[in-house]
Formats: sequence, structure tokens, C-alpha cells
Amino acid sequence: MEKFNTVVSTVVPLPISDVDTDQIIPARFLKATTREGFGDNLFRDWRYDTDGNPKADFVLNNSEYSGEILVAGKNFGSGSSREHAAWAIYDYGFKVVVSSFFADIFKNNSLNNGLLPVQVSEEFLESIFEKVEADKSTKLKVDLVAQTISIEGTDLSESFEIGSYKKTCLLNGYDDIDYILDNKDKILEYEKNSIKF
Amino acid sequence: MGKTLFEKVWENHVVSSVDESTDILYIDNHFIHEVTSPQAFAGLEKRGIGVLRPEKTVATPDHNVPTINQHLPIREALSAKQVSKLTENCEKYGVNLYGLQHPYHGIVHIIGPELGITQPGMTIVCGDSHTSTHGAFGTIAFGIGTSEVEEVLATQCLLQSKPKTMKIQIDGELAKGVLSKDIILYIISQISSSGGTGYFVEYCGSAIRSLSMEARMTICNMSIEMGARGGMIAPDQTTFDYVEGREFAPQGESFNNAVAYWKTLFSDDDAVFDKELYYKAEDIEPMVTYGTNPGMGIKVTGTIPELSEITETGKKSFMKSLDYMGFKPGESLYGKSVDWVFIGSCTNARIEDLRMVAEFIKGKKKAEGVNVLVIPGSKQVEKQAIEEGIDKVLEEAGFKLREPGCSACLGMNEDKVPRGEYCISTSNRNFEGRQGPGARTILASPLMAAAAAITGKITDIRELV
Ligand code: SF4
Repeated sequence: MEKFNTVVSTVVPLPISDVDTDQIIPARFLKATTREGFGDNLFRDWRYDTDGNPKADFVLNNSEYSGEILVAGKNFGSGSSREHAAWAIYDYGFKVVVSSFFADIFKNNSLNNGLLPVQVSEEFLESIFEKVEADKSTKLKVDLVAQTISIEGTDLSESFEIGSYKKTCLLNGYDDIDYILDNKDKILEYEKNSIKF
Repeated sequence: MGKTLFEKVWENHVVSSVDESTDILYIDNHFIHEVTSPQAFAGLEKRGIGVLRPEKTVATPDHNVPTINQHLPIREALSAKQVSKLTENCEKYGVNLYGLQHPYHGIVHIIGPELGITQPGMTIVCGDSHTSTHGAFGTIAFGIGTSEVEEVLATQCLLQSKPKTMKIQIDGELAKGVLSKDIILYIISQISSSGGTGYFVEYCGSAIRSLSMEARMTICNMSIEMGARGGMIAPDQTTFDYVEGREFAPQGESFNNAVAYWKTLFSDDDAVFDKELYYKAEDIEPMVTYGTNPGMGIKVTGTIPELSEITETGKKSFMKSLDYMGFKPGESLYGKSVDWVFIGSCTNARIEDLRMVAEFIKGKKKAEGVNVLVIPGSKQVEKQAIEEGIDKVLEEAGFKLREPGCSACLGMNEDKVPRGEYCISTSNRNFEGRQGPGARTILASPLMAAAAAITGKITDIRELV
């Protein structure tokens, strides 16, 4: 996993709530056996028509919007546990997803892939959408060490939560498997003492 | 202070604590399938490590397998590759695989319980969100991503933050024709598809106690559709009777010891939940969904909300959803024609579901022009259905019992609903494109689906039973 550094970037706004992982990456694109290349089919059915032509009204097809931060409506990433959703978003080039609410499994999957989910208040989310609508070059700054997200050029800022363990993992680019394997003696100890019938 | 069922099972599995909210949990059983495991095995390879406890993982290909002619090679190249990758990986790492045609093959959440692998008090995970199904036995069971699949393969453990707990109590008696599927669709319609996010749910109350294990599994299965990490039901005599005698369940003296332990698995009277919800079974009617997430459900006699009833920020998504479905605010679904009926999936493809469907359709005929897919949840369900003559009843009505798999629940194989067509489905998700690009899904119980198959329309099953 890559180390996570502070991100300062313009944003791609997706003001739709309840975006489920079937929309992020439809099931028919889950047939690969590697982790790469899912970005091509990110939001496939919203992004392309049935003939594979880009739909002009979808934000990823609007060249005026770009950046490493995806900002989406409430309850992002619900539904299927497919980690392919996080892979697709990361593969496309996003480093951060901002929403006022994330589905649990999606949040875990993102953190396990160096993609930072930042949960903000409904009001802050609305302010981001408003500012970006008024000026597409609006930038956000996401500082993981300080756990803050701010809208550049304004005094609007909020802090966000993340567990201390996951934060350390992201900042250092290491993952759960490394950590648990360092504790292997505890696993063996647990197995010795666990309930058996 | 007393403990909840969830806390008891969780605490029994803590290997060590990581930070204020995170523990390393020991995992008793791990299920894998062909779609979310290949990258996990590739990860092990890259790290140069093996599977720590291969005997605690069970594999089956279910998501993209065809549901006819399973004895022939899979035609679709990418699906065939995923299935052969699974076989290869299982052989290489010594993982038990129930492949196509094996008598134990089936949808992963159907075979675990029916083989007795799923037992009360366990921790069970799988790279699939409907792992919550196994919670019906009083287990902590939840879906994980592929990195976590790799984690469990490598360490038999999982690093997890502890969710909050929620109690959902349903008391009273269900009316005739109202099934456990209606209970869960009703609850989700009340609290929305994100109302359970951050929580682990325990279902209780007299309406839950009176349900069979199959019906309880349907409820726990859909916990994830309210955003909950999982759902569980305290084990009782119904649970013990179900588990007893199954292939991998403890036998004889060990079974008695197990039951003695399982009887300690309940929430203490003074246990504290972070949230509690109460419902009356009498308020629940047959349900249908009208939108593109499972929280968008109404009673079959009800109407779609008016735009004025939707919050300001929700209006755009609401209209996008209705637009996709071809419905209007304020409309009723009752009497609308359907093109497809899908009876299957890990929500409702157990033998009890097929029995109920068969009993209802016996002597009736399928409506003209409706396509019906009946997919058993497993090879064992299929076998039992044939033994009981359910396949014949289906044939006489104009349906055909196919072979097991996920099928049109997610449309990864050939079983897809064509663009723009309506499908009443016993599965668990009505997301855009879930059953095929452009497909329009209406979630309902197996009886409601069977009724629509006969009448060709959304029907109130209570008028027919
Ligand atoms: S039947 Fe549907 S919900 Fe169940 S495991 Fe298969 S794809 Fe997932």
C-alpha cells in the first residue's frame, strides 16, 4: 500500500445519495482476477450509454471537473462488499472520497487500499457542493495528520475521525496482515485456549 | 451490567486489542467464492506466505456459474477462468472446495447452514455482504472485502472495529400470507437503507421466536440492506434442532456439550443496546419495493410517496430512482404487470421457500408472457425438491427448476433481466442494473413472486391464500 500524504486538489462532485457499489462498479466487470484496470469501468452505466459512448451529462465526462477528491452525497458505498469498488475509485486516480456518511464495508475496503474516506457534516458537504458549483477550480485540503478537511481560500474547515491504528497504517503504508503476523504468538495462544466441544 | 449476545460472542473471539476501538478477532469459519478471492490468493503469493488454517475455509463457486447444463464446461471465458482459478487455488493451499456438480455445491450462504458448518456462537466471514445470513444461528457473521479475505487466509484473524449494537424487537403474530421477507422489507422501509450503518443488530421478540431457521436466515440475510454490519438471533430449541445431525455439526456427547454452551448465548435482561426499535407483527403486510434501494419499500396496498414527502436533499435521488423504474410519485404498484419472476438467491432459495411456492402454485398455470426463473440455493435443495416432487409441480405450472447458483440475483451469468423489463424478485437488492443493465427489480417474498407468476401482475397474496 502507498503512503498517504496530505492531499490538496480540485474535486469531482457527485451530489447523489445512496450510491451503491453496484453503480461504482457493476457486477459484470468483476470477472478479472487481478486488482488493476477497474478504473476504466468506474460508474460504467452512469458514464457510458449502451453503445459505450460517454454520456455528456455525467460528471466524469465533463472535462471542467477533475482532481484527486471525489465528493459524493450521503450513504456512499452501500450494498455489495466488493472491494473492486475501492480499487476502481483508486485506479481512476482518486485519493480521497468525501461524503456525509459511508457504508461500513466500503469504508474498511477503502482504508485497506490507501483511499481515505472523509466523513463530514451534512452542512459542510453542502458548502463544498455550493462552492464547487460556483467555482470549479475550488480546492480542498485534506490533512490526515491533523485530521482536518478545509476549503481553500475560505475559513471553512472541519475535523474528521479515524482510528489511531488505521491512521498510522495509512501514514506509513503498511497493512493489517503485517500487523497481525507480528502477533502470531497471540493467535496460537488463543487457539490453545478456545472453546472446543 | 449484563451483556448483549453480540458482546458475548465478540469477547469470546478477541485475540488481542489494537486501539480504543479495534480488536484482532479470531475467525472460526471462512467461506470463499470465485469472484472476491482470486486477488486475495495472489496477495499471499506476493508476500510469499501460505494459508494459516486451510481447514477453516470452505470454497464454492456460485456467483457467475450457469444454472443449466452445469456438467458442461462454462462457456463464458472470464467466468470459466475465475472458477478454474478458485479450483487451482484451493488445490494449491489445501482448501476444501465444493465445486460444480458436487453434492454440496451451492450458494455459499445456503450451504454453510445446511451442512452444519454454521453453528451458534461462532465468528463467520466471507467476501460477500450477505454473510449476515449466518447470524440467524447466533453467530457474528459479516461480509468483508478482498484484502480482508487475504488477511483471514493468512492469519485466521481479522482486525475489526467494534460496531454499536441495536435491538430490533418484533412482537405479535403475522397474518396469513405475510412472511419473514415482509418483516425485513418492512423494517428497512421504516429505517432506510442506511438506518443500520455502524450497528450490529439483534432481532428478537415473539414474532422472531416463532419463525423457522430458514425464515430467520431471510431476515438476517437482509441486515446489510439497512447498512448494518450484520444481524443475529439468539439460538433456541429451533436452532439446536436444525443443527443436530448435520454433516459437520458436533455429534453425540459433543453435541450435548455444545448445546449447553449455546444456551448461554442470549442478551442478559439488563444488557444495554445503543439503540432499540420495536415493531408489531400485526402492522406488517406483504411488501414490494418501488425504487432502486431496498429501503424504498411499501405495502402492496400502499402508494409510492409523493415528492412533497421527501426531504429537500433526497429529492434528486428519489426522482432519479423513480425515473429508472418508470414509476411516478403517489402511484400504486398493485395490478402492474411484470415480465419476469425470479425465485432464488441466498435470501429465499432454501427448501422451505420452494415448498411454499410449490404448495401455492399446485394446480395453477403460469401467466402468458411471463418468464419465470426458479433457482435452488444448492445441490441439496435441488435434490430434495426433486425427491418431494416440487420439480413436477413447477413443470405442470409452466416453470422449470434449474441448477443452483446466484443467477439473476446479480446477473453475472447468462440469467439476466432485459433492459427496461420488470422483474419481481425474491432476492435482496433492487439496485440499478443489479439483475442486468437497465433491469427493473421489485423485491418481494416468495409467495408474492409466485402470485405474480400466476397472475402476471403485482398481486396481493392475501387475496389468493
Ligand atoms: S445470491 Fe445474490 S446476494 Fe446472495 S451471495 Fe449470491 S449474488 Fe450475493
